[in-house]
Amino acid sequence: MTEAAIKGNGKKRTIFICQGTGCVSGKSLEITEALKKSVAEQGISGVNVDFTGCHGFCEQGPVAIVEPEGIFYTHVTVADMPEIVESHFKNGKPVERLFYKDPASGQAIPYHKDIKFYSMQQRIILRNCGRINPERIEDYLATGGYEALKKVLKEMTPKQVIEELKRSGLRGRGGAGFSTGQKWEFCHNAPGDQKYMICNADEGDPGAFMDRSTMEGDPLTVIEGMTIAAYAIGASEGYIYIRAEYPLAVKRVRLALKLAEEKGFLGNKILGSNFSFRIHVKEGAGAFVCGEETALMASIEGKRGMPRSRPPFPATSGLWGKPTTINNVKSLATVPVIIARGADWYASTGTEKSKGTCVFALTGKIANCGLVEVPMGIQLRKIIMEIGGGIPGGKKFKAVQTGGPSGGCLPENYLDQPVDYESLTAAGSMMGSGGMVVMDEETCMVDVARYFLSFTQAESCGKCVPCRVGTKQMLDVLIRICGGEGRPEDITLLQEMGNNIKAGSLCALGQTAPNPVLTTLRYFRDEYEAHINEKRCPAMVCTALVRYYILPDKCMACGICARNCPVEAITGAKRMVHVIDQEKCVKCGTCLEVCPEKFSAITKVSGKELDVPREPTPIRVEKPKVQAVT
Amino acid sequence: MITLAKDTLTKADVQDSLKDIFSHYEGEKHELIPILQETQEKFRYLPAAAMREISRFLGVPEANIYGVSTFYAQFKLTPLGKKVVRVCRGTACHVRGSGKVLAEMEKQLGIKAGETTDDMEYTLETVACIGACALAPTMTIDSETFGKMTTKKVAEVLGDRSSNKG
Ligand SMILES: Cc1cc2nc3c(=O)[nH]c(=O)nc-3n(C[C@H](O)[C@H](O)[C@H](O)COP(=O)(O)O)c2cc1C
Repeated sequence: MTEAAIKGNGKKRTIFICQGTGCVSGKSLEITEALKKSVAEQGISGVNVDFTGCHGFCEQGPVAIVEPEGIFYTHVTVADMPEIVESHFKNGKPVERLFYKDPASGQAIPYHKDIKFYSMQQRIILRNCGRINPERIEDYLATGGYEALKKVLKEMTPKQVIEELKRSGLRGRGGAGFSTGQKWEFCHNAPGDQKYMICNADEGDPGAFMDRSTMEGDPLTVIEGMTIAAYAIGASEGYIYIRAEYPLAVKRVRLALKLAEEKGFLGNKILGSNFSFRIHVKEGAGAFVCGEETALMASIEGKRGMPRSRPPFPATSGLWGKPTTINNVKSLATVPVIIARGADWYASTGTEKSKGTCVFALTGKIANCGLVEVPMGIQLRKIIMEIGGGIPGGKKFKAVQTGGPSGGCLPENYLDQPVDYESLTAAGSMMGSGGMVVMDEETCMVDVARYFLSFTQAESCGKCVPCRVGTKQMLDVLIRICGGEGRPEDITLLQEMGNNIKAGSLCALGQTAPNPVLTTLRYFRDEYEAHINEKRCPAMVCTALVRYYILPDKCMACGICARNCPVEAITGAKRMVHVIDQEKCVKCGTCLEVCPEKFSAITKVSGKELDVPREPTPIRVEKPKVQAVT
Repeated sequence: MITLAKDTLTKADVQDSLKDIFSHYEGEKHELIPILQETQEKFRYLPAAAMREISRFLGVPEANIYGVSTFYAQFKLTPLGKKVVRVCRGTACHVRGSGKVLAEMEKQLGIKAGETTDDMEYTLETVACIGACALAPTMTIDSETFGKMTTKKVAEVLGDRSSNKG
């Protein structure tokens, strides 16, 4: 036991297991228990077992980090725990097989700080995520938590807070990118004795999970930011609107509110000042449009979450008709840092018009999936190829989709563009909430456009006609194209409808819904043309346009495909080349998956038919094998 | 083939539970959604009898309650199966093949998304995004999340479940 202490340089060590949603689904709760048990069983002292929220590197999960040395373990399991305890904590030998492996070189990297995924990031919003126990307020305080609120309440007037925010250049991270300081100023100046502060934690964009991770990993940052905002605008009541699909985030936020209240950071006369503020949690009920600010407020009021036209803006007439400010989770999580370190410090990062950092949820066909926080103005290529580690499996990059269902798909030649509000919008996409989905050559861009539109169409609240009817019409055309029934005039039709829906819709849902279609038409028009004119899906994704064949010169009549075919479309016999009945085939691809690799007898084609026998024929005669089968 | 499970609960069946739920609300209109959420958690759907009681408690017309409960995807007006399977249809999941996972799930359960098996064991749904995108494609069974799904793993996660039935 003393030995362990010596090998650990006599310092007390803590191993933090990640307990974000991703790692929990990889059984990290059980892993934490197993680790505690191993530590106790092996009689190790000086080792503390603790947990954190999301590290953002969910792809490698469940992950664990040993502090202070910063050894980072990936893909840990319950079974690995005794070995970590014995080898690392007892014998001072970290378990190398659990280190992160660089996807390019295959090299094992022991330290968190040396992993490119992390070392190239600049974490402001996510600064505490994965570093502190989100269920203990002491941990938050130890990182400087609530220093900003203290400073605000002691030294600053609301006007000064607003000026500081304006000077920092912070723009809303919820999508529209409006100046946070200005937004607060409008609400501060609006007449009214009752005002509300709302945190938008609805995060409805499919493919984005940074708000979830922030709330799971560092809920008090968001609460502190919100409290400062409330002070600046003069609100005494606040709401956090979280989607119900995030049960862990809801739990951690509720707990954090309780802890903050106990310590006097929320409630009556906060920290002895004259400022009082209370926060309520409202859970969303599964409607994407409720992320839109006016719909969100209707939902808090207990109504159907339908947007209304603005003006009046929430700053003058918001929740229950009172002046209201609504900010995104990330915007609020940035506020304490701006106050603590100053507007100038914050504004020194980023570009002229887009200051600070932005968080992307990097997913799709990418080696390092996860959350990345980078300075505004960084090139897309850096995010995707360096931090993200490029496309796995040697596949070629095709497109990157930013901004969720309201954003667009950008091709390779945009990879060197800087990432900021203006550049992305100019390219036809948008910053949105920060979803970044990478697509490779096996992704069909028409199918992707259809996918996004089917999402927005289903989520359209139905209030205004262009969005309700228009998106449905566009979707029908896209379904037709993917189904091989596209007509030459469809491309212009989609463009016209898209532009009309953008111009005519009531809220940003409809105003942006056509973006994925319009950008794919702009950058990947050839794929639409192939679908329409040649009935060919270049990525071979659209099932109506692909066919599967068994190659007569390769089939060895093993029969595995026939046995696995769900619709009995494959016929054959012993020593007979098997044949797929194209009429019966449902194109599920099972045969291709199960055909043994050594035969690779099944091929998938699009836009053409192969001339193979229609009936089983005898298999090719094998040349006598030299090696004996062992 | 699939008959929708019937909403058979009566006022007598829901009264006591609702009394409990109402006890920590003021009876204000804006409490409608949280009350519906709690009611659904209790009965696993929103019985018509319960909606009538809620209408009385809040002084909100039944038609409005119906309007709200059909607007939000979370609310169900017919009973759910014992286990709710949700296949994520988020973007990251889509490009990593969640369509196939859903098709396999539909095949194995013998129902389409949105339906409940005849024996009331499983309800199959899709969900827009559960925010575990790095593990795409994902799905959940009740509150448990399963990541990096494949068609092969579908039987596994269901098998896992049916063995601890009881
Ligand atoms: C359809 C739709 C969905 C939205 N979803 C979200 C969301 O999930 N989270 C968010 O913060 N903002 C969302 N917004 C943007 C909000 O309306 C609002 O601009 C934002 O919360 C303001 O916060 P910010 O100034 O801090 O960015 C959405 C907007 C629309 C039109």
